[in-house]
Amino acid sequence: MVDVPYDARADAPPAEVPEVELYHPRSWWTQYVFSQDAKVIAIQYSLTASAIGLVALVLSWLMRLQLGFPGTFSFIDASQYLQFITMHGMIMVIYLLTALFLGGFGNYLIPLMVGARDMVFPYVNMLSYWIYLLAVLVLASTFFVPGGPTGAGWTLYPPQAVLSGTPGQDWGIVLMLVSLILFIIGFTMGGLNYVVTVLQARTRGMTLMRMPLTVWGIFTATVMALLAFPALFVASVMMLFDRLLGTSFFMPALVEMGQQMKYGGGSPILFQHLFWFFGHPEVYIVALPAFGIVSDLISTHARKNIFGYRMMVWAIVGIGALSFVVWAHHMYVSGMHPKFGFFFATTTLIIAIPTAIKVYNWVLTLWRGDIHLTVPMLFALGFIITFVNGGLTGLFLGNVVVDVPLSDTMFVVAHFHMVMGVAPIMVVLGAIYHWYPKVTGRMLDDWMGKFHFWVTFLGAYLIFFPMHYIGLLGVPRRYHDIGEAAFIPSSTHTLNAFITVMALIVGFAQMVFLFNLVWSLFRGRPSGGNPWRATTLEWQTPETPPGHGNWGKELPVVYRWAYDYSVPGAAQDFIPQNQPRTTPAVQGAAP
Amino acid sequence: MSAIILFMAVMAVIAGWWLSQQRLTAKPWLEEGSIDDFPGTGAITLPAAKLGLGVFLAVAGSLFALFISAYSMRMNMMDWRAMPVPSLLWFNTGVLVLSSVALQWAHVAARRDDMDGVIIGLCAGGASAITFLIGQLLAWQQLRAAGYFVASNPANSFFYMMTAAHGLHLMGGLVALGRATARVWRGAEMAQVRLSVELCTIYWHFLLLVWLVLLGLLTGWTDDFVDICRRLLT
Repeated sequence: MVDVPYDARADAPPAEVPEVELYHPRSWWTQYVFSQDAKVIAIQYSLTASAIGLVALVLSWLMRLQLGFPGTFSFIDASQYLQFITMHGMIMVIYLLTALFLGGFGNYLIPLMVGARDMVFPYVNMLSYWIYLLAVLVLASTFFVPGGPTGAGWTLYPPQAVLSGTPGQDWGIVLMLVSLILFIIGFTMGGLNYVVTVLQARTRGMTLMRMPLTVWGIFTATVMALLAFPALFVASVMMLFDRLLGTSFFMPALVEMGQQMKYGGGSPILFQHLFWFFGHPEVYIVALPAFGIVSDLISTHARKNIFGYRMMVWAIVGIGALSFVVWAHHMYVSGMHPKFGFFFATTTLIIAIPTAIKVYNWVLTLWRGDIHLTVPMLFALGFIITFVNGGLTGLFLGNVVVDVPLSDTMFVVAHFHMVMGVAPIMVVLGAIYHWYPKVTGRMLDDWMGKFHFWVTFLGAYLIFFPMHYIGLLGVPRRYHDIGEAAFIPSSTHTLNAFITVMALIVGFAQMVFLFNLVWSLFRGRPSGGNPWRATTLEWQTPETPPGHGNWGKELPVVYRWAYDYSVPGAAQDFIPQNQPRTTPAVQGAAP
Repeated sequence: MSAIILFMAVMAVIAGWWLSQQRLTAKPWLEEGSIDDFPGTGAITLPAAKLGLGVFLAVAGSLFALFISAYSMRMNMMDWRAMPVPSLLWFNTGVLVLSSVALQWAHVAARRDDMDGVIIGLCAGGASAITFLIGQLLAWQQLRAAGYFVASNPANSFFYMMTAAHGLHLMGGLVALGRATARVWRGAEMAQVRLSVELCTIYWHFLLLVWLVLLGLLTGWTDDFVDICRRLLT
């Protein structure tokens, strides 16, 4: 076959969207602090989320010290224990994971991966970060107000969240609700950006079906978050009314300390419906970006195209839609009609189908791949295993008859920490090892990375596997001190001490990671533009780290999907998305 | 939760319709090269601001649908006492309709390159929206004077909360409207003004629709409909 000289530019359709006029920072302040550049905003989001996440990590140590060695640490009383639980849960789910996946990775990766210069509304994007920061500061301030933070549990169920028996009744609960409202306003501003940028600012040739799965995951999660967070907003506003203005949206008639309270007739169940209408999609708001990112990590580091790309996209969209009709499986013990429970158990178990499709496709992507056990790949593999483990106990708990006895035991704690704590954090860590070279131009240290992975991965299992067992024994959650009970064997106390020691060790490994982040910034090996030899657009920028406007003079043009790895006959084992075909005769890569 | 489920179903239909146009069954690994053969699969060509407004309306719609859901669940409890509707609300509704009409006028004028018409429309729309807000505050005062306080009954609480939420959204719209008017005042080109006017008009129509739904709910006209929805789901 003769190579025909081929003008690739002729293949590119004309620009459908006019070039956006970029804002240009004029001073140090507008370049690094009040920046409207999505990359800077992404780093700001990530650092803020990590900082408040460290607070939550320390809180988990304190809780574990109390559970492992009850009575030893006199400074942790029952009220404080409840406050630690509440703040740990709320920070980890909302202020760390949601903010990091959408505000951090979303801001950094969406414009780069779809070939845009920036988000479409940079000013609103900047506001989004500053409102998020304000929300975090309001939340952190509750540690210092009289009465301390609320101890209502991260679900903030009324009536107890508002009553005086709960710690933080004065200021804690009010500031918590205000902080949530601020977070939602800030997130909505960012979310508008992520969605519209994907819809409207994709570069030429970037069809939806050529987008990397990372963008699919973050995009779908953002759409879900935009529709689900209003439920938390409404619930927070109504509870603020109850707490401050004395309305009775959620508060039933109550007698407190012998006094009839002013409340009457309200419905705590109404709050639970609103909360979980947000709360369940929230699980997938965190999981879908993780699904997307892990698909890209596996494909890149196994040098193989993702197996069943279309199925992966459909599964993401399907999970997103289904997650809105399963919320009441968190309320099996609220006294609901059994037929309701049956309906929600069914929808819950149906979600296992698209999720299982994704797991199979990851495993099949690995099958006969050229697997490089790099640190990102290790974390991706750790995610798959952990997600399957956590997902299986989810199948148990999705059934009403199994859930009722296990509800409010440590089994539930172990389940959601596996599926929603450890699994997404594995992806976050893997993604940081993967994209750190693009953000800083230097590689993270490999030895420290492997140490970090093995201690975190094995440690997480040594923490949460025994916790399942403790839960099956019937040890309740949220108890400051389980004390002596006939159904709790004394070996439980030994196990609890063991879990605590493991939790401290895993926490220590995170300090090694933090050290690695700082050390590699100055001493890391220079990475070059594309150290993983990846196909997606963010690795093809003219500069590393990408400059202002991302792409130099001209936007990239996309000619192929994101997974052309190990294409037979190609010169290299990857073909970047923006590389035109060399001859018009070659049609298609290997499926 | 029937209102929000209904709303989500509508959103799902819109999203499904759009996705069905996007060739989600394509096999991207076989389609190397130009996308010329598949028109319409590139980026959406609407202006970003218009698309952004559309997404924001979905968020705001979800918010109000949730308020309505909470309302329809709470109104079933024993202590619910329906509240009298101050007749001032009818006047306010009329003013809000006028506000929408005025902005529609400005929108049409902008398309016809009639700058005077745009200015008249924007000012009239803004003035009547402010009148509406003042009217709402007066309605609150009348209710308070008559002893219907925010905490005395859940029906009252919902009334104050939902009118406040609607009012705050309208105030946000007034900021945008003010900026558009200022731009016209400074003598901006018609091409620049046209989009801002159109966006304000869409937002105003949306808020009018929300207000009519809320009014129907608060006056009890839609009680039968709410009841049917509730029975469908239980």
